[in-house]
Amino acid sequence: MMHWLPLVGVAVVVIGFALRLNPVPVVVAAGVASGLAAGKSVPEILALLGNSFVSERALLLFVLTLPAIGVLERAGLREHVSNWITTLRGLTLSRLLIAYLAARQILAMLGLIDVAGQAQTVRPLLAPMAEAAAAQQRGGPLDAEERNDVRAFSAATDNVGRFFGEDVFIALGAVLLIQGFYSQHGIELEPLHIALWALPTAIAAFVIHAIRTVLFAKRLERGRGTPATDTTQAAD
Amino acid sequence: MLKIEHAYWLIALFLAGAAWLNLRDRRWSHAAFWLVLAGLIGGGGYVTRASANHGGLPAQLAGVGVIALAVLSPRMKRRHLVERDAAAREVDAKRLGHRLFGPALLIPLVTLLVALFGSYTVVGDWHLFDKTRTTLTGLALACVVALVAALRVTRARPADGLSEGRRLLDTLGWAALLPLTLAALGGVFAATGVGAAVSDLVRMLIPVQSALACVVAYGLGMVLFTMIMGNAFAAFPVLTAGVGLPLLVQAHGANPAILGSLGMLTGYCGTLFTPMAANFNIVPVALLELPNQNDVIRAQWKTGALLLVVNLALMYVLVFRF
Repeated sequence: MMHWLPLVGVAVVVIGFALRLNPVPVVVAAGVASGLAAGKSVPEILALLGNSFVSERALLLFVLTLPAIGVLERAGLREHVSNWITTLRGLTLSRLLIAYLAARQILAMLGLIDVAGQAQTVRPLLAPMAEAAAAQQRGGPLDAEERNDVRAFSAATDNVGRFFGEDVFIALGAVLLIQGFYSQHGIELEPLHIALWALPTAIAAFVIHAIRTVLFAKRLERGRGTPATDTTQAAD
Repeated sequence: MLKIEHAYWLIALFLAGAAWLNLRDRRWSHAAFWLVLAGLIGGGGYVTRASANHGGLPAQLAGVGVIALAVLSPRMKRRHLVERDAAAREVDAKRLGHRLFGPALLIPLVTLLVALFGSYTVVGDWHLFDKTRTTLTGLALACVVALVAALRVTRARPADGLSEGRRLLDTLGWAALLPLTLAALGGVFAATGVGAAVSDLVRMLIPVQSALACVVAYGLGMVLFTMIMGNAFAAFPVLTAGVGLPLLVQAHGANPAILGSLGMLTGYCGTLFTPMAANFNIVPVALLELPNQNDVIRAQWKTGALLLVVNLALMYVLVFRF
């Protein structure tokens, strides 16, 4: 019976989720709860939390992109991107996003995962380009809701490209984790074999998301019936 | 030699600067939050080394810091900070034109160069870049190079780098911290035996003699646990040790390479559904200033759901055949 107790931590996460509480205290509380349930002392739990936290510091590296991007935005980067895209003929929203998806998947397959990303490329480049391309196709500015949809879809495209390219690369994260796991359990595998079996999913991910991109762009182009009346570029 | 540790000191410096600007604006919670985080990031290497030498106190203090961050998080109200006015930005945009792209593209470009050629910049035993984390060290270097280039192109003052960076950092608020906190939770769960309990539970729930039931349980288990943990890497050892290996590989003769690969990718589908995968689904909501916390998930869950079906089908068709 005792060994079910640490699941309390999982329950805390799920409940905090359902109640829409701020996730940071929920997650920390889950760690403390599961530590207490496993019979650890308070100093032990604190040390466990502290050690686990600082060993994952690499996840905060993306904040280093912010000063450079902030300076460029102050000098009108987003405005320039949108002026420029409107002068390009033939660059449609779906072509832009599908080209980005393909590039992101191929780069990730080569192990170049942190080259692009939400902070590195989506906020400063992809999202403003997508907004401008969508506005040009619409023949008028987007309303706030449409603009948010385009931004969210750009972020989603980056995620899909990253996840379903990464696993094809042999010398990084996922594949080595899989190989290491099996090796601990007495099964020796070639990293290349693991990586190759990720190809069918990578192709399926590209096809599915590309089709969804085309449908999304069509829906946006048709607009919501009447031309947008709310043309304020809220927030920006 | 450029080490990843130098990048952490740089982050700590930036966070401390942001804390100072918030202190001047009397935004006490923000100031305290970034200051505590700066301490944890800058002192992290010391904590790790002390723990390795059985010195528990620094790690316990770091734990207290994590709890302080958790207490401060709900007080970090997200607010759009004042930007330079749109007309001035438009004038600069017209004047500078494509030159604005240069520094922005330097971030991926320099990272790429370091990732590809960083390991060749060696003189004898001396490595220019950290051997274990070349790409991430390269990313940090790229950010510095891009900032210098951005300041030159726009003729902004170095202080603008800090104040603009702080504007974006405060826009992110607690969302910046969530990926780290979740990864830490993974470490705590592993150390407290949550994995073993989950795998027992799965085995109680399914008819283990059916290969199809095992495939579905393994795949959906990966998705569910990835959604709870926000990370397929954390779910993989738990589910593969509990379900994949004993029930599929050993009992039904599944091919371990294919099972591992498709199992991990099935977990990735779960990553597209969950706010717990904060760096992919919540950080961009803050970065792109979207109104609803689940806007990115709403844009991508259909891709994930279709791909999940494809993956389960591939798994069932392929793992028993090769």
